Amino acid sequence: MTTAVAFEKISRHFGTVKAVDAVDLDIREGEFFAMLGPSGSGKTTCLRLIAGFERPTAGRLSIFGERAEDVPPYRRNVNTVFQDYALFPHLNVTDNVAYGLMVKGVAKAERRRAADEALELVKLPGYGARRPGQLSGGQRQRVALARALVNRPKVLLLDEPLGALDLKLRENMQEELKALQKSLGITFVFVTHDQGEALSMADRIAVFDHGKVMQVGTPEEIYKTPNSRFVADFVGSSNVLPPDFVLRHAGEKRWASLRPEAVRLVEQGPGSIAATVISSAYLGGTTRLGLDVEGQRINAVLPAGEPFPAEGKPVHIGFARDDLHLMDEGG
Amino acid sequence: MRSDRQSAPLGLKIAAAAGLAFLHLPLLLIFVYAFTTEERSYQWPPPGLTLQWFAVTWNRPDVWQALTLSIKVAAISTVIAMILGTLCAAAVSRTRFFGRETISLLVILPIALPGIITGIALRSAFNLADIPFSTWTIILGHATFCVVVVYNNAVARFRRVSGSLVEASMDLGADGFQTFRHVILPNIGTALVAGGMLAFALSFDEVIVTTFTAGQQQTLPIWMLEELVRPRQRPVTNVVAMVVVLVTLLPILAAYYLTRDGDQIAGSGK
Repeated sequence: MTTAVAFEKISRHFGTVKAVDAVDLDIREGEFFAMLGPSGSGKTTCLRLIAGFERPTAGRLSIFGERAEDVPPYRRNVNTVFQDYALFPHLNVTDNVAYGLMVKGVAKAERRRAADEALELVKLPGYGARRPGQLSGGQRQRVALARALVNRPKVLLLDEPLGALDLKLRENMQEELKALQKSLGITFVFVTHDQGEALSMADRIAVFDHGKVMQVGTPEEIYKTPNSRFVADFVGSSNVLPPDFVLRHAGEKRWASLRPEAVRLVEQGPGSIAATVISSAYLGGTTRLGLDVEGQRINAVLPAGEPFPAEGKPVHIGFARDDLHLMDEGG
Repeated sequence: MRSDRQSAPLGLKIAAAAGLAFLHLPLLLIFVYAFTTEERSYQWPPPGLTLQWFAVTWNRPDVWQALTLSIKVAAISTVIAMILGTLCAAAVSRTRFFGRETISLLVILPIALPGIITGIALRSAFNLADIPFSTWTIILGHATFCVVVVYNNAVARFRRVSGSLVEASMDLGADGFQTFRHVILPNIGTALVAGGMLAFALSFDEVIVTTFTAGQQQTLPIWMLEELVRPRQRPVTNVVAMVVVLVTLLPILAAYYLTRDGDQIAGSGK
């Protein structure tokens, strides 16, 4: 498999702020790659490095095998869907979409046709004559998508693409983006702070914190086997267990993560752990319990229908040893 | 805010009307005297009306000289102001650098300072640098305050054009020049034209700085001042005054209409 974008020890420092610090990344051709992290973690700076809006302070960046540090944004075969969409307010939708072709000198009839095709692709046919100001947020985003895709980029960058949309629209758009990516086969790189979005859409995820990549892997790997407390905490609502606790119940002095759905209510017996229910929340499909175990808070998610104990009640919990994921971080 | 509550008291209406009349009746008076048959003093009411002063004015070479000079000075200083003002506005609103606020203040200063200070300062500077007074010294003097007008208009608009538009354009394959032509210019164009027109109008009737920076040349306003002390053909001044009012008013009106509709923020849409 070809590498679409390669970061080799890339840093981008702003004065003393290390926005991106010695990052190594390999984004493969044709994959849907998510850069996940809290704000200020360096994920957006990485996206801007690929787009060419930022230049690395150190390290090598290559796009499809070619060194890219010194290539200006307008000569990179990479297009961006901006967080605020950045549609040109003085142009109508067709001219917005055809902008990239216009500056490349494509003839008018040809670029009209291409723009119409792209609008068809994002399910906005017939909107060409409107101005960006006359569109809803979701429609603007589709225009921004069409404007990027019409240039047939090798890599499409999406900066928090769904951030400004409401929940319902966001779910639709997630599916649509995913389907679009599959049918076009273009490498998508998207930045998000929403772990659910990253898990549901991406083929692989890079988790960022403080300018560094903490872990790269498939959604399942990231979710089930986080390699650090930060990843376990940030991705999913895993219980992060301190080394002392793990030593008592699993025999090893290491940090560990335990997914809430792996925690079961059991009868008292060998291996069971005494706990107190401190909160419960009915979530429709599931019920979430907050438990106090030896002063450690543990969340459990029970399937709907299972009877759950009232708050303040003593219970016993258990989990399969395999579900306890030991992390590299020692005690 | 439209007030459809109750109409203002009569006294206030009269006062407002009187205020407006006080501002504009003298202008009418100037227009009337352009048609008077009496040429030595401004006598009211005019003893008779005539159109002869228009012909006289048309045939006076000194009027034409002054008018050409004024237009030339205004046009060139406006062009200088538009180039420098736009560049300066772009720098101040697009980038952050040490002393940015100070530069912004320094650019605006010439219009805040009394013209007489600017005038004296320029005159002594030209003297010191051994620059002979000429049309170009007038142009330089005018450019100092014309830049401010263009700058103010452009900087306000630049702030409303979101920065990601420029990045979007570059991202889509446009180099710096194409981005300026296809994205920046259309978004700041009306502000530039408005600023340019105001600058032209300011330069066209400027007296104080001109007095200090001109050599033997007479711009139109200076010519008019000199003309007032001459006892003959006085209505010629009034004819010229009418022309000046029209020449200044039209661009200002145009600038007003151009910027009036530009209130929506460019590129802020989500």
